[in-house]
Amino acid sequence: MMVFPANDAGITSGLLSGVLFGYVLENAGFGSPCKLTAQFRLSDWSVFKVMFSAIVVAAVGLYLLRLAGYAEDGGFFVTPPMLGAAAIGGAMIGVGFAVGGYCPGTSVVGLFSGRLDALLFLIGIVLGTWIFASAYDEVKWLTSLGAIEAETLPELTGLPEWMILAGLGIAAVAVFVIGTRFERRLQGPVTAEQATVGNTR
Amino acid sequence: MTRTTASNRTGSIRTFWPSWLAGLALGLVLLLTFLMTGHGLGATGFTTRFAAWIGEMLAPAAIAANDYLGPMVENGNPLASWITWEVLGVAIGALAAAYSSGRWRFQISGAQSGRIKRLSLAVGGGIAAGFGARVAAGCTSGVGLSGGAALSVAAFVFLAAFFTVGVVASRLLHGNNHRNP
Repeated sequence: MMVFPANDAGITSGLLSGVLFGYVLENAGFGSPCKLTAQFRLSDWSVFKVMFSAIVVAAVGLYLLRLAGYAEDGGFFVTPPMLGAAAIGGAMIGVGFAVGGYCPGTSVVGLFSGRLDALLFLIGIVLGTWIFASAYDEVKWLTSLGAIEAETLPELTGLPEWMILAGLGIAAVAVFVIGTRFERRLQGPVTAEQATVGNTR
Repeated sequence: MTRTTASNRTGSIRTFWPSWLAGLALGLVLLLTFLMTGHGLGATGFTTRFAAWIGEMLAPAAIAANDYLGPMVENGNPLASWITWEVLGVAIGALAAAYSSGRWRFQISGAQSGRIKRLSLAVGGGIAAGFGARVAAGCTSGVGLSGGAALSVAAFVFLAAFFTVGVVASRLLHGNNHRNP
């Protein structure tokens, strides 16, 4: 029986994952900084909705495959629990998103849907990386800030995984309900036409 | 689908997928990636290697001596990595989606208050994101989305900080104006 992950690090899996990822992100509207930043103005909840539901789908899929014996327990990468580093990095990327209109992945989508501002955002990322690297000795401590023992939510809470997944599923439904309510009140969400040809409404 | 011309700029723009469909599709793509590779999707793994690669061409001595980027260029080309192919794939997939839906436009988007201002803000935002992604060892895709699917505690802390600070920063930038944009 095939047990995943296949631990492939080659060109085919890279290109396949990437092509599908880019195709879905553009179709979700995430190449447009107007659509993306409308999430932070609370008038378009596509970013929350799509991210949350994708996390639930992938997490439930991994859980079921593990239960059925097709996926190896502990065989998948888990982001190390440096919670301070995650909070600081998340905050800076949040500021970058609000100011610059993209996050790193979506700026690639923006550039390849024709947006010059996305190229400038990517140049900014390279500059930010150089600044980080040149200050590395002074800022290195940030990268391991707030380390805890528990890597995952089930480990942290002591709750069974199915309960965490059910909780996330309920939270995802709540995001859809609350988000749609905000969108109605604030004349969202941003349509493909607004995102493509007109930035004003 | 016919290509649109400048005089027919609003013609044949297909709508975006509904969020539930995009979320389901993204979740399945992420799951497929996990099964094939053992890890999720990302972006700044590539931009960091790209920064090392460009840096090596511009200032090889400085990059080699750098504690962070130096190790990346030690064993040959820093771009020789899975993440390079993945990001190249993202570019191809985005291009195909934008082109086939009539949404490809050469433009500076979000430039209502001036092109220079928009492009400067884009660089500034990129710098903050690039620096932040090195602190968190990943970005919205690598830590937030992929870490979230692995139920990583760090992912949910990242997402909470990302959204809270993003909403506050947006409020400070745009005031109480919820209109787009």
